Order: sequence, then structure tokens, then C-alpha cells
Amino acid sequence: MALSNDVESPSAELMLAFYRRLYPFKSVFGWLNHEHTPTKFFTHREFAFTLPGDVYLRYNSFATADDLKKQVCTLNPTRFEIGPVYSARPRDKKTVRPAAFTPQLRELVFDIDMTDYDTIRTCCSGAEICRRCWVFIAAAVRVMDRSIRDQFGYKYLLWVYSGRRGIHLWISDREAMELTDEQRRALVGWVTVIQGGKEMHKKVNVRVGSRPLPPSLAMALEPLAVVFGDLILADQDCFASEEGWEALLHLIPDKTVVENLRKKWTANPERSSEDKWDDLKKEVKEYAKGTPQRATLTAAMEDIILQYTYPRIDAEVSKHRNHLLKAPFCVHPKTGRVCVPVDPETIDSFRPERVPTVSQLLQELDEVLPAAGDAAEHHSDWERTSLKPYVDMLDRHVMTLMEETRRTKRDMTW
Amino acid sequence: MALHSQIPHRLNFYDRPPLDDITIEEFETCALDRLRVLAEIESSFARNRSYDELKTVTLEQCKKYLPLNSSTAIAVDRDAERRKDHVGHFVLRLAFCRSEELRRRFVKAETSLFRIRYDSDDRVERDAFLNSRDFDWIPVTDEERLEYRAELSAASTSKDAVPEKERYYKVKWTRVPDLIEKRKVFLKGGLAFVPAREQSSIVFQEFQTHLERDLEMTAKALPRLDEDTRIVPILNNLSQGFLAGVSSEWSSSPAGNGNEITADMVDELSRKHFPACMRNLHDSLRRDRHLKHFGRLQYGLFLKVLGLSIDEAILFWRRSFSNIQDDKFNKEYRYNIRHSYGLEGKRANYPARSCQQILMSDQPGASDSHGCPYRHFAPDNLQSALLSMYSSQGLTSADLAEVMNTVKAGHYHVACTRVFEITHASQGVKKGEGVGGGESVTHPNQYAARSRELERGKDEGFKTEADGDVVMQIS
Repeated sequence: MALSNDVESPSAELMLAFYRRLYPFKSVFGWLNHEHTPTKFFTHREFAFTLPGDVYLRYNSFATADDLKKQVCTLNPTRFEIGPVYSARPRDKKTVRPAAFTPQLRELVFDIDMTDYDTIRTCCSGAEICRRCWVFIAAAVRVMDRSIRDQFGYKYLLWVYSGRRGIHLWISDREAMELTDEQRRALVGWVTVIQGGKEMHKKVNVRVGSRPLPPSLAMALEPLAVVFGDLILADQDCFASEEGWEALLHLIPDKTVVENLRKKWTANPERSSEDKWDDLKKEVKEYAKGTPQRATLTAAMEDIILQYTYPRIDAEVSKHRNHLLKAPFCVHPKTGRVCVPVDPETIDSFRPERVPTVSQLLQELDEVLPAAGDAAEHHSDWERTSLKPYVDMLDRHVMTLMEETRRTKRDMTW
Repeated sequence: MALHSQIPHRLNFYDRPPLDDITIEEFETCALDRLRVLAEIESSFARNRSYDELKTVTLEQCKKYLPLNSSTAIAVDRDAERRKDHVGHFVLRLAFCRSEELRRRFVKAETSLFRIRYDSDDRVERDAFLNSRDFDWIPVTDEERLEYRAELSAASTSKDAVPEKERYYKVKWTRVPDLIEKRKVFLKGGLAFVPAREQSSIVFQEFQTHLERDLEMTAKALPRLDEDTRIVPILNNLSQGFLAGVSSEWSSSPAGNGNEITADMVDELSRKHFPACMRNLHDSLRRDRHLKHFGRLQYGLFLKVLGLSIDEAILFWRRSFSNIQDDKFNKEYRYNIRHSYGLEGKRANYPARSCQQILMSDQPGASDSHGCPYRHFAPDNLQSALLSMYSSQGLTSADLAEVMNTVKAGHYHVACTRVFEITHASQGVKKGEGVGGGESVTHPNQYAARSRELERGKDEGFKTEADGDVVMQIS
């Protein structure tokens, strides 16, 4: 078998072998179901399949993990997505009254995608992603993970690499699952900082007049200031080009400062981004402490740091319970990489290019397991591949979730 | 009966349904009057009124249809007011629980009404009301306040707020989504620290969730009530009222005091005072020298209420159907005209069609001209029709975008009201004023009457001569 290139779409045979032998259906079932015996969390859950040729099959549902596996192996989809838990089994949608078929529960999900950073990153654009731009995602994950846990008090967060240039977050806390669309919208409002399209220079408008940053953002600012120095100034060198520093000047609300800086930078265009940021700091210090000009400029600098580094989330994904999102461990059809869970603690050392691809995994399997004895069942073949640490990570997550479910049930019976 | 003790506060969460006997009439009037208020709130949203405008307009409507005075008010029948408020709310629950869409709109309008009453309530009484319920908020202790001092101060939206002096309450964040969305509170571990100033947010949210839950329960219980043939038609009628606004009192009698009009005046009147639906019928009649059945009905009843007497009506229609022989006219049309004036058949004095009826019943077919242009015209046809009808009265193509937006959103009577405002701007009608006091158009006759009233107000002294002029121009 030829070693398939990373950018080639995996073939139908590869996909089928992957679903048969490697996909961790049991773990994904446990994660969706919160306990061992199937409940509505699984049986009333929508699955949507994407088949080759853009055929999209919605409103599938299954009684057990084996049912799901059987159907996946029959259809051999390029990917499948997970939707909400409905008030009836999705497969019965056509036979129940429309009013009796409404989304009830759903993990709270977030989607962060590298394309939203295209206006800032200087290394790549579009679908491309490199180690340098992953730093944006890593910073976003750290900020989001911390604020969701600290402010909203949620505990069961699962971060999943989307297979190419983004990351998904699934929150399985009971309360998060029960959020209404209105509450989801409110929560999205709380975490959304970057607003306004291409034509809007200043995308951070979070203050009331000249008030300090809201506490949730003040908390995020500290780590982001470090990211700003390392990533925006040093690595990406965002203000090197004239376009880059003009964008920065647009965000400074003081005409004199802007004029001084523009003059200086036009005369010395080779000044690095770090130099230019220092120039700005110096200009700000021209105003005495406690003057309103100084305060305004300091606030503007904080806003600039947020604008360049604060997580940019795709808000629409999170607002509605019935939004579908690609299941973990699916294979990205363009890259062949598996959508593996990611530990936010070690997000900085995560390398997208090291995530196993389907062909790589199947090859590993061929190597450890001589072709002979594959008549038997293949549930746990992933244990013999580099997929193991990722499945283990999900299993640990599932265990804590199930423990929580048991605890709640016990408390209820008392 | 000690009703007063049953409803001790002006503000009401409507926990308990009314249990005493209610007549069908009371059932309907309580609901209709409340619906007038709610419909006005709805159309205010559609017209993008600010909260202050909404409050003024709504309190005005409330005074007219649904007065509700504070406990200290004297010389009013407080108990009767509160009973009406109470009954009306519960009847409308029955009417509006039946679809997701109706529930959503009802909750929105009711919550706004509650908010307006809350904001206009007497402080002492409001506190008494708040104390009478358990809102399940946990007061923030001094230690917590000290611990999160910096955060609380940064989270407050006004400069003068001092966390040490402010009282705070902790609630689950899901109970104050509006404050969360705008980052107006400090949030820790899923609990929102709500300052006393923003306490009302919790109350409104509580009212809303409470009502949403109750409506769903009512919806489940409703099928058992469908048996009652007296109530179901009323409920159907009420829920439609939300879509088209509630018709005002423009039922039968031609407004007296010298408002008689003659067949000759109709052309002129139509150009100056008619809403688009009647303009369209009139123009079609002139163009085709004929109108189909429902068109005759809609236009004929409108003219009747406008003040066209039976003799003038027969004259008007006879002249209008100019290529029809006398014989055919007398056989086929005269009877129907007299019938609509209550002079034939069952001799009922039929009221003119309200916007609601025009919008909802007898949908126009391919060759019909009746209906509501805002609803039944294709968007581009509507735009050119509006321009040709009203450009002489000041409507420009620049105004169309706004009108078409409301049309697109399905707020036909709002679009019509806006056109009224634009075409009467020269008489001093401002945006948001509607057909007087912020009311929206709910009846074509209300539109025409208000338009004529404005004109009379303008040239009070020349009234008689002006009318004479009109006749001359026409002939």
C-alpha cells in the first residue's frame, strides 16, 4: 500500500478500514451518553452523515454504540456530525407531530477557526496552518478554558482538534447541556470581544465610556500581553509592513501621537514591530500620569492587545442547540488527519502536523499485526496504534463524566 | 367577595388562575382590551420605538383600555381593575399557548407590559410586591464583597458605584442572560453578582421563564378544552388579532355631524384620505369599471361607514359600472348593495372589514383586487403602486426601504401606519405618532377618518367652501 500524502483525501477503502478497526465507538458513546446503559442522551441524539458527492443524511439515531458502528460501516461516510438530543428519536421525525420534535439538550460547543485570524497572521492564510499560527489557537484555548471554568463554573470540557486549522470545544456539564438558545446567545455575548467586519478598524468595544475593562477581560489580559509580545511583535512581526502599522495607527485615539509615529515610521520603515510598540509606549509616557490623555491611550493599548490576541470564536455555532458539529475522531476529508482530543494543559506543545493520519494508523496496524489473523473482531485495535493516547484521553474524560452522573443519581435517591 | 385580598399588588406574576364564574362577554372583553395593549406593544417593537416611547404609548393605551391603579388610588374600583387584568391575562394565555410562535410573541409582549408597570410602579408598593415572593437570590456577604472588591467595582457600569455601599445578590447566571450578554455583572463559578440596581433584571427574567413554563402547561391541557364550542371561536379570533392588530370601534354607524358624503366626492376623497387597500380598489373600479364580489364587499362597506348613504351608494355604483345595462345592474347588484346596508335579507347592519379581516380572510384570487396591498402585492408592484398613489402627498422612493422592511417582516399594519405618517407629515404628523397617540392602523376607516380629521383641523374655517370646491372639480 502506498503511503498516502497528507493533503490527499483518504480513499473509501481506507475510511472503511478505519471505521471497522480503529474508530472508538464505545468511548464516543460513553461521552455522549454519560452512563453505560443507553439513555435518551444517546438514543434521541441526532447523527448526520456526509457521504461522498455531497450527500447529506440528517436525523439518524441509534439504540446502541454497535448500531451506530454498523450504520457507519454500511454508509462509510466521509465524516459524521453530532446534533442535539431531541424530544423524540430523530429517526422517527417524520412520524411524530412537529411540535413533539424539538431539540432539548445539547453540549455547549465552540468553534475557533484559523481563518478568522487571516487579517492578523502574516505566516499563512486560508486553509494553511503552520506551527507559528497554531500559537494563536493555543492562546485562544488557554483563555477560553480558563474563563469557562472560572466564570461559568463548568468542569467537563473536551477540546478537539478539527483536523485542519481549528479547534472545537464540547462542554458536557448537565447545566450546559440544558441551556436554552437564549442563554447560549447570552453566554456567547459574554465571551465575544472581537466584533465588526473588514471595514471596522476597531474591533474591540467592551468598555462603558472610560471605565476599566470588565473583570473577565482584565483577567485574560495578563496572559495575552505575553502572547502579544512573543507572537504579534516578535514572531509574526505584524506592524512591519506599512499596511500593518497603519492598522495599528487606526486604533490610536490621539491625533498628535498618530502623527508623530507615522512620521517616524515612514522615515524608518525598517523598525521592527517591537521597536514600534516601544515607540508607542514612549509617546504615551509623554503624557503625565493621571491625565485623561494618558488614561485613554493606556486603555487603547489594552484594547489593541485584545484585538490581536483574544479568542475569535465562530458565534453562530454556539448559539443554537440544533447546530451540528463534526464528531471527535472523525477524519478530516482534506488532510486525512483524525480529529483528536487535545489537552489544554499541554496545548502549547501540540503540533497539528504530528496528529496521526488514517493511512499512517492503518500502516502501524499492519506492521504490528501480521495480515493473517484479522477474521476476529477489531474493537480495540486502536490500542496498538498512535491513536491510543488520544482515545485514553477521551476515556478518562468519560470516566469523570460517568462518575458525576452516578453522584447526581445517588444524591437524588437520598 | 374579597377580591382585593386575592390580588394584593398591582404587579402580578399570575400564579393562580381566576376561579370564579365569568360570563362569555366578560371573557371576551377583558381579553380584547388587553389584546389592544399588547398589539400596540408588538407594533412598537416592529417600529423600533425606544423604550421610553414604548412606555409612553403603552401607558396611554393602558389608561384607555386596561387601567390599573396603585393600591393607594382612591375613587376607582381597584378590585374590578385588577380582576379585569387578571382575567384578561388568563384568557389570552388560552389563545396564545397554541403554537411556538404565538407563545414567543405573547411572552415578549407580556414581559414588556410587566416591565412598564414595574418601572411606573410606586416604590413602596413595588418593594412590598418583591418581598411577597421568593426570588431565590442569595445576598452577597461582606466577606465576599471584600474579596471581590476590585472585580465588582470594575464590573459596575457607572463610575460612581461603590461596591462597599451597594447591595449585591447572587443568582445562577442563567437567570440573568441579558446582564451576562452585555457583561454587566461579575461572574464567578456560574453565579452572577447582581447589584441591587439591576435587580429588576432578575424579576423580569423570572416573570418570563414563569410565563413560558405556564404557557407550555396550558398548551398541553388545551385539547381538553377544545370541546367548548362557545370559547374556541373567541380564542381563534383573539390569536388572529395579534397578527393584524385589533380592530378599533369602527363597526357600523357612519360618523354623524355633517360627515355625510356624496357619490361625487369619492374620487377626491380617495386621492386624499384612503389607505392603500381602498385606493387600489377605487383605482381598479375606475380602470375596469367593475369590481369582483369581495372587492365590492370590502369597498362598499368601507364607503358605507365613511358616510355614503344608501341612495348615494346606489348612484355611485351605478355610475361606476358604466358599461353594464340598467337591467343587469338592478337585477344583480342593487340587491347586494341594499343587502350590505341591512335593507334586504336578514337585515343585518354589516360592519366594515377591519384590517384583521382583510388580511386574514377571503384571500384574493388571480383576478381579484381586494385584500391588503402590503400583504397581497408582490414587493416590486407594491413599491410602484405606493409611489403612484402617494407621491403627490410626499412619499418618495427614499421612504420605500423602511416601508418594505416592515412588510418583509410581516408587519403590514405597521407599514400602512408608516405610510400614513409620511403622507400626513405636512399636517404635522410625526414619525411614531401613527393615527393619533401612537396608535397603529387597524381599520381602513380609522385611517380615512383620521386623515379627514387632520385636514379639517388644518382649514377649520373654510370647510363649507372647500367641500363646494370639491364638487366643482369633479364635475
